[in-house]
Amino acid sequence: MEKYDVIIIGAGMSGMAAAIRLAMFDKKVLLLEKHIITGGLNSYYKRAKRDFDVGLHALTNYMEKGEKKKPLSKLLKQLRVPYDDLKLSPQRHSKILFPEKSLTFTNDLNDFSQEIADKFPDQIDGFHQLVSYINSFSETSLDNEYILAKDVVRKYITNEELLEMLFCPLLIYGSAWENDMDFSQFAIMFKSIYIEGFSRPEGGVRTIIDILLKKLENLGQEIRFKSEVQSIETVNGKVAGVKLKNGDFIQADKVISSMGYPETLSVVSGLDPKKKPAVGKMTFCESILVLDKKPQDLAFDSTIVFYNNRPKYLYREPENLYDPQSAVICFPNNFTHDDFDEGWVRITNMANFDLWNKLERPEYKAKKEEVFKDACSLTKKLIPSWDGEVVFKDIFSPTTIKKYTGHFGGTVYGSTDKSRDGSTEVPGLYLCGTDQGFLGIVGSMLSGISMANLYGLMD
Amino acid sequence: MEKELVREHVLNIIADVALDDDVTTIDDAVALRDQLDLDSMDFLDIVMELKKRHKIEVPQEDYPQLASMNSCVEYLTPKFAAHA
Repeated sequence: MEKYDVIIIGAGMSGMAAAIRLAMFDKKVLLLEKHIITGGLNSYYKRAKRDFDVGLHALTNYMEKGEKKKPLSKLLKQLRVPYDDLKLSPQRHSKILFPEKSLTFTNDLNDFSQEIADKFPDQIDGFHQLVSYINSFSETSLDNEYILAKDVVRKYITNEELLEMLFCPLLIYGSAWENDMDFSQFAIMFKSIYIEGFSRPEGGVRTIIDILLKKLENLGQEIRFKSEVQSIETVNGKVAGVKLKNGDFIQADKVISSMGYPETLSVVSGLDPKKKPAVGKMTFCESILVLDKKPQDLAFDSTIVFYNNRPKYLYREPENLYDPQSAVICFPNNFTHDDFDEGWVRITNMANFDLWNKLERPEYKAKKEEVFKDACSLTKKLIPSWDGEVVFKDIFSPTTIKKYTGHFGGTVYGSTDKSRDGSTEVPGLYLCGTDQGFLGIVGSMLSGISMANLYGLMD
Repeated sequence: MEKELVREHVLNIIADVALDDDVTTIDDAVALRDQLDLDSMDFLDIVMELKKRHKIEVPQEDYPQLASMNSCVEYLTPKFAAHA
């Protein structure tokens, strides 16, 4: 019978990174993927001869070549990937757009500070103190306690409008919790977005996936595709191996799963979890519009817009199918390097999984059309000179996300219960990826690396 | 084994671990951590590479011996010699 040192479930960013680390030091690893391509939440597809990215709007944690002790440099070293291979193209600038005020930020925190000093002059001292506090905070410790971020930030920022504006990008780019987040997560996101910033690899998410695939190939590490896990088997309460949907049983004393916390525990044979991890509420619709003109030709050069049409920012599961009053809009043409011949707009709205899941086929299509129409109105609002011409469009919903990721409730940021050290109540079973708690593409790869180091290499 | 050769083995490993750093200008007397982008995770990689490439084991209590190039060579030369 086949026996491995470690079985990794899921060839997304975290699973591939974990497999690279283990294979690098001669561990016998099996990497399982239920689909026919890799990438997981961050993947790609082709429609109408065009390359579409899923997930990645932008890579966070931007750094220049040669910067030291940054999450991205740590990641590159651990995977032994040269910086230049990522071909990073930094953002121009992004905007947080609220009804009364807007704030612009770049990859230089000084620009953001200046903006806050101009628009919220009585808050700038507090903002500087908040930045110093975050810089001194050890946000990646695996044993930090959970503290609500808004409680901490209110000690520094006393203007609620500014507080809401500061939280908006950080919540929608990474919070599994509604309306607030854990302070460690806040600090990670604050550094990765406001201090380090956004970029995009030339070629989009494929560039990153190709780097990882090449690494795996060079290490002789295979990925077993179309291999969905039926169950994780235990003997005397400890991990013994994995049974696949095709009936194969593969032995291993260690399993690292990127399926998600509740999803992983649900496939452990005979387990009645002591504490059931919650299914998160945050899921999204996305409209992808291909335009015949580029945003820059229409005098629009922002890279990402965080849009909110209410005084308060409501980051929560909407009561309706989706929330058209709030969105994050990515303009992939508007990084410093432009990959495309056409104009692209990606508009993401918060959505309600249960309501989407109930829709029958004709109604489902009609509702997606409504999402698209709202996406067009919002694009028109942001780019008034646009004539409304859409060459091609694609819309996905929370049920699409569930179909491709297997996440219960179509969550993008996973469960509200994280396992920061990756451990579960089952000895030998560890989590990596979204529910280990590091988010974004850089975070998920660091998650895979740290779990592989901790449970596969150091013991 | 000669110290020169041990230095070369160590340098090759460091060049692979800190792959974007210039290792030709390393000052052998100064802590590696202060010259290169190396953290504790990377030192672990150096230790694992020594084992993988040269079958040399470095117990955790000896990690401080790997602080600078000079101390690396001093500490590892007898270990390399034992394997020769």
